[in-house]
Amino acid sequence: MKGIVLGQYYPADSVIHRLDPRIKIILALIYIVCSFLCRNIFSFVLLFMSSIVLILVSRIPLKIVFRSLRAIIFIMLFTAVLNVFWTKGEPENLLVSWKFINIYTEGIYNAVFIVVRIVSMIIGSSIFMTYTTTPIQLTDGIERLLSPLKKLHVPVHEFAMMMTIALRFIPIIVEETQKIMSAQKARGADFSSGSLMKRAKALVPVLIPLFISAFRRAGDLATAMTCRCYRGGKGRTKMTVLKCRARDYVMLAVSAAFTAAVVVINIYSFGYTM
Amino acid sequence: MAYIKISDLNFSYRDDDGNFIPVLKDISLEIEKGEYIAVLGHNGSGKSTLAKLLNMVIDDYEGMTGKIEINGKDITSPEITEDEIYELRKDVGMVFQNPDNQLVATIVEEDVAFGPENLGLPREEIRRRVDDALATVGMSEYARHEPHRLSGGQKQRVAIAGIIAMMPECMIFDESTAMLDPIGRKEVIETIEKLNRERHITVLSITHYMDEAVRAGRVIVLNDGNILLDGTPSYIFSKPDLLREAGLDLPQCADLMLRLKKRGIPLEGDFNTPEQCVRSLLNALHK
Ligand SMILES: Nc1ncnc2c1ncn2[C@@H]1O[C@H](COP(=O)(O)OP(=O)(O)OP(=O)(O)O)[C@@H](O)[C@H]1O
Ligand SMILES: [Mg+2]
Repeated sequence: MKGIVLGQYYPADSVIHRLDPRIKIILALIYIVCSFLCRNIFSFVLLFMSSIVLILVSRIPLKIVFRSLRAIIFIMLFTAVLNVFWTKGEPENLLVSWKFINIYTEGIYNAVFIVVRIVSMIIGSSIFMTYTTTPIQLTDGIERLLSPLKKLHVPVHEFAMMMTIALRFIPIIVEETQKIMSAQKARGADFSSGSLMKRAKALVPVLIPLFISAFRRAGDLATAMTCRCYRGGKGRTKMTVLKCRARDYVMLAVSAAFTAAVVVINIYSFGYTM
Repeated sequence: MAYIKISDLNFSYRDDDGNFIPVLKDISLEIEKGEYIAVLGHNGSGKSTLAKLLNMVIDDYEGMTGKIEINGKDITSPEITEDEIYELRKDVGMVFQNPDNQLVATIVEEDVAFGPENLGLPREEIRRRVDDALATVGMSEYARHEPHRLSGGQKQRVAIAGIIAMMPECMIFDESTAMLDPIGRKEVIETIEKLNRERHITVLSITHYMDEAVRAGRVIVLNDGNILLDGTPSYIFSKPDLLREAGLDLPQCADLMLRLKKRGIPLEGDFNTPEQCVRSLLNALHK
């Protein structure tokens, strides 16, 4: 259990791993926006190529990227099929017509474009946020990006603290769940057979002690934090300060150029435009 | 002037019906700066309550009378400000039993930084204190590790580092070795002793282990909220009947020596540690 890894962080040494988490969040957002800006075949080719470049630069093995794409393969197929059958194009572009089914070239284009858009969006956002950024860096980045909201009395620090504590305690609670389950198994509990209802019922004697212990831990932790002079975000400083370096600015410039390219390519319509 | 002065302290918790249940009764105690004190007592004798009162981390003070003065400041007075309470918590650090329930951050050095960050110290100062605290407990090489991958003793040392980084004058350990294996216990005890010896930090160590108590300079035995015994380890362990009354046993070697003595074997000196016992046994044999 000691080997538990949270999220999908893939430890490697790449430029993207070393970027400031705040910049990575912004880059992920820009990338998602760009994927929606794409309208014609050239912008989608550019988008797809940029995803491949991202995978190469971040040194995330293809195997791992495919694994996360596999999870959404059904959604991709579904939207693709919908687009193929439901897009109505120009009459001269009609490819197949059989009973009530009409397939147009536009439909094929749309299906391919949408799949490329979804794939790139997933690859882009997961490379920037989940594969190369630890959950704790991500929390830190979000806290600092949102910190202007503190002036509007949004409890940004408190939410970040809750996230941090949750991340800290997930492995502990998982371990504890396994201990309690073993203890109940030793007393003859059966978690793996019977109807769904029966299995759900068998979990009750696991959940109750788990909750009790979680509350006790929460109380202990609150006392320990109070003893360490915690009083919310008020007057608190930080040891590690996120600092944007040259590479962060370079990446921002690259992504601005990328956005501009997508926009320009869209202005000149080459072939079919979505 | 004593560093901690407790006078006629009474404390009661309230049960669900609002009745007061006395836990500490007429405690008066003086602790000097730099002392190393072990607190003994059976389960429910009020040790943790006393410790928590020294840090003012109990929710309900309705059932309290008497006075606790730390560094000349009466922390139980109703006029005490919030800032003074934070000052107190900075000066008197607490380490608890379960290391898992004290560590806040997911990286060792960030957890150690938690206290100093709460104090609002500048960044360079926090960095310096964190490095120093980790070096003091011998955990520098684990600075970037995740706490849940450390052993119990290592986690507890990280928790101690988190307190050291606040630069307290006094540290209270509430059964901080209870959940550790013998190796972890040894690491933690050695760390505590080092803090007391080299940094002159006043130590109040609550424990159920007699062999830890014999290493302290002074032992206080609580029994049902009263101070039953207060003195050097040798004095305490020369009162086996009173200890038994408080539900405690002698350290094994002291027990053995007292039994031998009862049989008429002429043993002399202190019998608190195995080494002392061996010495006095050898002396007796050579006679
Ligand atoms: N928050 C609370 N509310 C009500 N009663 C409490 C509370 N905390 C402790 N008590 C009671 O106060 C008494 C003393 O508890 P305390 O935790 O101080 O004992 P202790 O000496 O630390 O025991 P142990 O060796 O088990 O840690 C116990 O009878 C306990 O049930
Ligand atoms: Mg206790």
